[in-house]
Amino acid sequence: MISETGRKRLPAIMIAIVLVVALSATAAAAGSGEQTEFPTRAISYVIPFDPGGQSDVTAQYQKPYLEEILGVNVVVRHQPGAGGALAWSNLVTARGDGYTIMGNNVPHIIIQPLVREDVGYRTEQLKPVYMFQTTPIGVAVAANSPFNTLEDLVDYGRRNPGRITVIGSGTHSGHHLALLQLQQLTGSQFTYIPATGAAPSVANFLGGHSEVLMANSDDLVAHQREMKILAMGTTERFHLLPDVPTFIEQGVQMTAGIDRGVAVPPNTPDEVVAKLEAAFHAVSSDPDFRADMDALGFVTHTMGAAEFAAYLEQKQQEIEAALRELGEL
Amino acid sequence: MSGILTSALAGVLEPVSLLLIVFGTSAGIVVGALPGLTATMAIALLVPFTFGMSPIHGLVLLGAIFSGAIYGGSFSAILINTPGTPSAIATTFDGYPMAQKGEAYRAIVTATLASVFGGLVGVGFLIFLSPPLARASLRFGPPEYFWLAMFGLTIIAAVSPRSTLKGLVGGGIGLLIATVGIAPIEGSVRYNFGTVSLQGGISLIPALIGFFCIPEVFRMVEESRQSGTVIPYKRQRRMVLRVFHALLRRPWLMIRSSLLGTLIGIIPGAGGNIAGLVSYNEAVRESKNKDRFGKGAMEGVAAAETANNASVAGALIPMLTLGVPGAPPAAVLFGALLLQGMRPGAELFTVHARITYAFLFSLILANVAMLPLGLLLGKAIARLMHKVRIQTMAPLIVFLSMIGSYSIYNNIADIYVMVATGLLAVMLRKAGFLPGPIVLGLILSPIAEQGLMQSILMGRARGSLFMVFFGRPISLILIALTLLSIVTPIIVQWRSRAETVHHGPVHHGPVPVVREGDAEGDDL
Repeated sequence: MISETGRKRLPAIMIAIVLVVALSATAAAAGSGEQTEFPTRAISYVIPFDPGGQSDVTAQYQKPYLEEILGVNVVVRHQPGAGGALAWSNLVTARGDGYTIMGNNVPHIIIQPLVREDVGYRTEQLKPVYMFQTTPIGVAVAANSPFNTLEDLVDYGRRNPGRITVIGSGTHSGHHLALLQLQQLTGSQFTYIPATGAAPSVANFLGGHSEVLMANSDDLVAHQREMKILAMGTTERFHLLPDVPTFIEQGVQMTAGIDRGVAVPPNTPDEVVAKLEAAFHAVSSDPDFRADMDALGFVTHTMGAAEFAAYLEQKQQEIEAALRELGEL
Repeated sequence: MSGILTSALAGVLEPVSLLLIVFGTSAGIVVGALPGLTATMAIALLVPFTFGMSPIHGLVLLGAIFSGAIYGGSFSAILINTPGTPSAIATTFDGYPMAQKGEAYRAIVTATLASVFGGLVGVGFLIFLSPPLARASLRFGPPEYFWLAMFGLTIIAAVSPRSTLKGLVGGGIGLLIATVGIAPIEGSVRYNFGTVSLQGGISLIPALIGFFCIPEVFRMVEESRQSGTVIPYKRQRRMVLRVFHALLRRPWLMIRSSLLGTLIGIIPGAGGNIAGLVSYNEAVRESKNKDRFGKGAMEGVAAAETANNASVAGALIPMLTLGVPGAPPAAVLFGALLLQGMRPGAELFTVHARITYAFLFSLILANVAMLPLGLLLGKAIARLMHKVRIQTMAPLIVFLSMIGSYSIYNNIADIYVMVATGLLAVMLRKAGFLPGPIVLGLILSPIAEQGLMQSILMGRARGSLFMVFFGRPISLILIALTLLSIVTPIIVQWRSRAETVHHGPVHHGPVPVVREGDAEGDDL
């Protein structure tokens, strides 16, 4: 069977195999090259959330396009924790060479430094590269709910403050902010129950444990047959739900959504940002990519670095004013 | 419909699919066996590669990896007392003591047969009963999660064989460690002592490695003068048949464990780790000879491994039928389905029925493939562990622990967490606190806290906290189970005391260690 020497070698070989497997998992983005013409090696595309969510799915769709345009591998990685803040705090100290790019989500990156100490980053430290999509936020009730319009719901919330439970994803999140704004603009009051993510909040709602759901457009599209969607946070009607009126149409002057883009470390050179921006622009301009995004329930954008930065500044003022008015600051 | 099924079957039985199943299952086993590399991570790493494949090939590969990884976690649980994935926590309780007695291969065979059985039962439920079970899973709301966590905490009694009090203290330590980081409800950051890297809390995987792996390495080194190798290994003939017969003689254990595994897997938010622990707890509670557990009872390994592999298919049930993923690996598969242009939910079984059924069939094959692959790998690894000297093994394990902790999120802080929890675990171990209860607290703490806080919010809105906590049918069942789990050991103790008074002392000495050869004996 196995010779004496072979028998001694076997453990060494097996250990070697184990080590190779273990190392290859971490070595995906290792190795360095001279900066002749960016990019010359693999790019790490870090998602500050768990795999399987909207940011991850978008990144996985972008990956093959980006690899073709940039000519290098793009490795999608995940660094969840503290609602994204853990990853963003790491981005601030990462090397600004363009080989680390990270999902940049609004309103998260604006609200977190406002409401929490020790968050580890300031909004303006995350250098914006490109903004490619938004999931508008909508309000839904169960299919058999007595409420048929936003007006019904808000009326009840005015007359019976706190009686209705609303489930959404996270505290001081996009969903939470949208509900706070709705309450303030209409003088109604609900009990907000934060879930640990979009998927658990949808499960909670579908199980009938909460009366109202705050959700992103893609989740609403996926489960539209099991619920009545009362309003969407868009300025015009949302393309996949043409029968659902906007908040504004119903006299509530607000929009709500989660915007997704990418950012790089603060000291990244502008020419590297420009390269990445051009690559993301090419992806977002691709008709096939847009069709895929549309079908999933995302609204696609082609917002470059300068425009994204201006947008962030405007959002920063809006959100800060809103939170101040709501007494959350 | 039958046309779709035949065509789906043909899709699975073509050579490329079969090859992917064998490759996926083996890769899954290896990844699962390495502490820190979890099923979730294995699937997430492979998703980009499946993007270019046909939907059937891509899903077949991911399903095989998922099954293989949950099973592979048992290897390191048995051989180095470190769960390779969180699902294998309960496997360590009896798997490692078996290995210490020289029964590593027997434990691996038990884990293999149990995993295959549990996996197949789970897939059976997935294929035939998905829609009603998925609907039922939604009945789990905040109060149910709270009571589930309370029931889970009663498991502490079963996993602390020496001292229930120390087990409870350990569970408390685990609950406290889990409170570090952002509070799930009001969103403030707790106990991070001003450090940015603790704002996300203590990650489970590094803590798991720290608590299980590091004390084991210390123990190895301390005892190295006596043995020289990590575990003894005895040659045993016809082991597979013997274990198979032994398991056949405990049909209720196998059926109960696989049912528990499937059902717990279905509940969104509870995965293979809780499935294995609950199933282990029930095995201890049902057993007439509770003392044997924790000292190398085959039953313990069988209960844990049957349940955690059954939970694989369970976790897929709400994901495939409702589009609500039941566990982190299922969430990654959810993303993979979206990438293939398939939206989880009803249309999977109508529009994409061919692909969906091909995926389900491939899970059956992946479970079958686990049998030869696992036995081959298991034998090789058990022998290897016997040969490698501690001087090589101890640093190697520490090195792998570092890699595993880092690779999960590419976060250097996770290595510090692993080392800190490891050193804490070494000290706690010296004082008689085992890692099992601590990790149990760590896993259940967030579920309990969220359930409690969300239930209180619900109760305030509805005007009755009492009805929210005590007025719901599933909650009442969970409360009954919790009480039963607390009361049973007390009654047993009280009875045995009563017997001692009436009939003289009952057998309290060490349980006779089962030697090789009497595997068919009454030790299962």
